[in-house]
Amino acid sequence: MNRLIEYMLPPAKSTMAGETDALFYFINVTSFILLFGITVAIIYFAWKYRRKSEDDVTPVISHNNKLEITWSVIPLILVIIVFGWGYSTYIQKITPPSDAYEVRVVGKSWLWEFHYENGTVSVNELHVPVDRPVKLVMSSDDVLHSFYIPDFRVKHDVLPNRYTSVWFEATEVGESVIFCTEYCGTAHSDMMATTFVHTQEDFETWLESSGDGGEDMEPAERGEMLVQQNACATCHSTDGSRLTGPSFQGAWGSEVPLENGETVDFDENYVRESILEPNAKVHEGFQRVMPSYAGTLDDRQIDAIIEYIKTLQ
Amino acid sequence: MSSTSAIEEKRLDHVQHHFVNSDQQFESAKMGMWVFIVTEVLMFGGLFAAYIAYRAWYPELYLEASTQLNAFWGGVNTFVLIGSSLTVAMAIRSAQLNQIKGLIINLYITIGLALTFMVIKYFEYSDKLAKGIAPGNYYTYDGLEHEKANIFFSIYYMMTGLHGIHVTVGIGLMIWLVVKAKKKVFHSGYYTPVEITGLYWHLVDIIWIFLFPLLYLID
Amino acid sequence: MATSEASNTTYKKIQVRRYKPEENPEKHYLNEEKGLWAWLTTVDHKKIGLMYLGAIALFFLLGGILALVLRTELWTPARNFLDADMYNQVFTLHGAIMIFFFLVPSVPTVLGNFILPLQLGAKDVAFPRLNLASFYIYVIGALFTLTAILTGGVDTGWTFYTPYSATTGGSVMMMTMGIFILGFSSILTGVNFIVTIHKLRSPGLTWAKLPLNLWALYATSIIQILATPVLAITLLLLTMERALGIGIFDPNLGGDPVLYQHFFWFYSHPAVYIMIVPGFGIVSEIISTFSKKIIFGYWAIALSSLAIAFIGFLVWGHHMFTAGQSSLANMVFSFLTFMVGIPTGIKIFNWLATMYKGSIDLKAPMLYIMIFLFLFTIGGFTGIMLGALSVDIHLHDTYYVVAHFHYVMVGGMVMAFLGGIHYWWPKMFGKLYSEVWARIAAAFIFIGFNMTFLPQFIMGSQGMPRRYFNYIEQFQPFHQTSTIGAYIMGVGFLIIAFYLIHSLVKGKQAGSNPWGSRALEWQTASPPPLHNFEHIPVIINGPYDYHKPMSEFQLGVASSHNGHHAEDTVNVPDTAPEKA
Repeated sequence: MNRLIEYMLPPAKSTMAGETDALFYFINVTSFILLFGITVAIIYFAWKYRRKSEDDVTPVISHNNKLEITWSVIPLILVIIVFGWGYSTYIQKITPPSDAYEVRVVGKSWLWEFHYENGTVSVNELHVPVDRPVKLVMSSDDVLHSFYIPDFRVKHDVLPNRYTSVWFEATEVGESVIFCTEYCGTAHSDMMATTFVHTQEDFETWLESSGDGGEDMEPAERGEMLVQQNACATCHSTDGSRLTGPSFQGAWGSEVPLENGETVDFDENYVRESILEPNAKVHEGFQRVMPSYAGTLDDRQIDAIIEYIKTLQ
Repeated sequence: MSSTSAIEEKRLDHVQHHFVNSDQQFESAKMGMWVFIVTEVLMFGGLFAAYIAYRAWYPELYLEASTQLNAFWGGVNTFVLIGSSLTVAMAIRSAQLNQIKGLIINLYITIGLALTFMVIKYFEYSDKLAKGIAPGNYYTYDGLEHEKANIFFSIYYMMTGLHGIHVTVGIGLMIWLVVKAKKKVFHSGYYTPVEITGLYWHLVDIIWIFLFPLLYLID
Repeated sequence: MATSEASNTTYKKIQVRRYKPEENPEKHYLNEEKGLWAWLTTVDHKKIGLMYLGAIALFFLLGGILALVLRTELWTPARNFLDADMYNQVFTLHGAIMIFFFLVPSVPTVLGNFILPLQLGAKDVAFPRLNLASFYIYVIGALFTLTAILTGGVDTGWTFYTPYSATTGGSVMMMTMGIFILGFSSILTGVNFIVTIHKLRSPGLTWAKLPLNLWALYATSIIQILATPVLAITLLLLTMERALGIGIFDPNLGGDPVLYQHFFWFYSHPAVYIMIVPGFGIVSEIISTFSKKIIFGYWAIALSSLAIAFIGFLVWGHHMFTAGQSSLANMVFSFLTFMVGIPTGIKIFNWLATMYKGSIDLKAPMLYIMIFLFLFTIGGFTGIMLGALSVDIHLHDTYYVVAHFHYVMVGGMVMAFLGGIHYWWPKMFGKLYSEVWARIAAAFIFIGFNMTFLPQFIMGSQGMPRRYFNYIEQFQPFHQTSTIGAYIMGVGFLIIAFYLIHSLVKGKQAGSNPWGSRALEWQTASPPPLHNFEHIPVIINGPYDYHKPMSEFQLGVASSHNGHHAEDTVNVPDTAPEKA
């Protein structure tokens, strides 16, 4: 039984996971016992009191106060235990320690952006130190999203008109998946990111190296990396297949038909404009859903992406 | 319900087949309208909830924006509707007393007052629209500082608009009653439609009595 | 209760005689008036109920096919045969159709319409024309929705959360208007039922003798008239948001999306009880009939329905534990959520106690109700899990929630609906279906259902979010099991459709009362005559008094108002409506 229940939950990798899991086990075990009792009673009654003849006479048992009070009060006590337990662990979940390390999170359709205190920005990769409380201050650039790390047992909706937050303290070095759990449109299910939990030193090293670390690379190579890092590839394929956005393959130098019937040349200026102000000129037949990368990508990074797209002929 | 005593009662024309007698039919119709009124209250309740939420968040918005509403004409409309509630009650009274002429006259007065209400409302709306105080995206007025002024007027238009639709429906019902009354359908033994339309009309009146101070008289 | 009733009730003597129902009558409501036009314009509650049955069956079929499309797409982690936008539309429509066009209306409009006046001994509902009007309002709402599907679809999810619903493409306005219109159908049905139960009860049918099915429908109607208008105004505001940009819910215009969620769930949580409470009524009827035993804890079951209806209005916030409302609100909503579990638990125990020492006949309706008890209990326990704040933070918006509400809605409400259909089918059409096939279908549905949704509990606990078109590979075995289960369940429903239709043509004559029930609707012919009873029934016993002889349940006075056939005089509590 215990192994079955353990199998049900993802690995517990934050300080809060243990308490949540304990309550999860408690409710499961109690429910299994009660469900077993009820099921046995149903089957036993159905067999034991099966109809023997059409003239069966049944006793008149209209009520039984003692019994009824018992089966009202016992569940009442049980649910009050569950309520108190759930509430007290919930309070921990929403009360970050004051010394928590803060990361700003921005949800955009359909990527997660993480801003660190030193100005570093990472897309779809959250880097945090181990054994240290981390508080995420979150907001959305467009519709509702929800930030969820199953391994840490934390989740909160991300709203466009206010800040919300979650906090956690990771207990082991490694990777954990981040999901968006509030439906947000076409690529909702691709709005995934990864949490990288580092040791304190590794985390600082990562933070120092800041940015994409690709300054020394060939521009096209760097562009390829940026396209992956910034989740461009979620919507723009590099092999010609149609995703949410138009494919990069063969795009360079082509004429792009626009919504309003005009066309525009797919050149440096168009790419740049589309990255910084995506809704200015939208390819005909595609939704106006791309978020702006202004402030996320600098000019040299945009140049690198342009170089990369040029190679996709 | 049925009893041996009721058996002797002659079946009247207006009693539908599934009712035992006239009383049961009348009571059912009345209760049905009351239950429907509860529904209406909850429906407006949704708008009131939106009103309350925004008023709690932005009290200064309401102070500022309500100055754009004309409390004088709103007040006149309040009296007009209260008056119509009185005349509709008199219409019911006339029907109970078998005074069909009085019933028709009272219904006409009620219709007249309801139309007066709508005409005043029309001038209020067109005055605001001329200023650019239109609902939603069409809001272009720049005389108000508050950045959420458009939301106050969205709520204003939703509330008074939905109320206006109810007034219009009421006018329709009253015209229908006049037609029926002229055909001598109603008498002291049967005036159920008059009674329940009256109930409906009181509801319309009461909703306005809440709307008027909540929207016009804030300071 | 009996003593208190005696002290403040006035009694009157009524001359009654016994009316044995006619067996397999030549003339009944189905053949008294013929032709399509007579059907479409009928004000007879029974025919309206059957028209609803047809409409609802169509929508269930459509919603079911959509579910299979979803499950098939989810066979592989990435794209299978739909693209993401199609998938999003399909899950939106599956949800919206199943909830608004099947779950909410099904029991009240089909079984409620058909059975309610029969159980009251009335000739019809209080407002028959209004009843017909609400059917056509339903149809108009349905046409709007179908138009929305054909003219661009909707991809907002059935919850229409802003700001997504205010900005996405597609026919959102058409869809919300369809549901807005549909709401009026629901409200008018509620009004009709409340008045009918209050004013049209037969002589002697006091509140204490009201069948539990009617208590449940009464509680449901109260929720319908109180909650549905709030949904109506919410959808109207959302429509205006799209049409005019009124900005109340759209943060781009200064509005608040969490306010929308409050509005939406203020209806949609009670709506859950609109779906399930009438199911409770059916369960009570069937368990008593097939155990041939007086119901245990009549008042506990009757009043717990009202308690659920009442508390059900105060728990909407438990859909928003992670949405950004205050922790105080979360605490209160969590607590109240547990409180609504108590009356539900009481019902389960009462039903079990009714089976104790009964004479249990495991015919198809009873079989479905036993499946109901098992599945609904799981649904309830997993609801407790989701009510616990810290656990819900982990489970919210995952497949655990999906599995939970399918256990409640399909395992609970649909099983009760199937039980009810099988129970009252002979009353509706005077024909018996094949018992063997009914059991086979029940087995298919039971196995298929658990195969579909048990794996979803595990997936959800492991973190699989809902409404995902793509998923990570570790979940594939669960998704595949689930898909296979869905097809097995689908086969079960097809078998049901097959043998029920077959029974209309080739079924055995049922007789007026094939289950030996004491309830009033079985004391008239099957199918019933146009006006339900050839007499005015007089009620002296409760509907579950199996210890009393059948003859005491067949009393009445002649409806021709001359009452010459009196054989016996009984004291009957006066239920005549009080004069104003």
